[in-house]
Amino acid sequence: MTGKTVTRADLSESVYNALGLSRNESAQLVESVLEHVSVALTKGEKVKISSFGTFSVREKKGRVGRNPKTGEEAAIDPRRVLVFRPSHVLKDMINEGAANGSASQAKTA
Amino acid sequence: MIKSELIAKLAEENPHLYQRDVERIVSTIFESISEALASGDRVELRGFGAFSVKHRDGRVGRNPRTGESVDVPEKSVPFFKTGKELRERLNEGYDGG
Repeated sequence: MTGKTVTRADLSESVYNALGLSRNESAQLVESVLEHVSVALTKGEKVKISSFGTFSVREKKGRVGRNPKTGEEAAIDPRRVLVFRPSHVLKDMINEGAANGSASQAKTA
Repeated sequence: MIKSELIAKLAEENPHLYQRDVERIVSTIFESISEALASGDRVELRGFGAFSVKHRDGRVGRNPRTGESVDVPEKSVPFFKTGKELRERLNEGYDGG
């Protein structure tokens, strides 16, 4: 674990390294991918990326909420929320990665 | 929309690129995110959202059918938090209908 934060710049760098495109074009392609995903979601579509996960939109009904600090009632309007469901491949990758640090040594013995 | 449809859209917008390059671009992006998460890093894409890894402690669960107790080992799970801009876009003009 390095505790680092990966950003758009890192993703475009990966694209730049993988293909022979310019840095500028690599950055634009990363942006296009995110934009296409966003547009599909705003249309209420699901976005399914195999071996990564599925983004879907869930509709929440309006309800009366409460400010937990003051106890005051507040109306919460109906809204749409985005849900990400990771694929098994991604979940397994993350657990293998995490296991490298601690639990896995026991298994190799 | 599935991955191949996303690739098709990008290929259409970028006629100067080979289809296989577009496939490579899309795979590279999602693989980079996955690899970052696997090494415990966070991925923050402003306006879109942030991916992070959450740790879940081990616990004793129960088989709801038999009532038997089962050991659930500790694990790490990926988590996505929607960015502010995308959250707003999802709700533009939405009134529950």
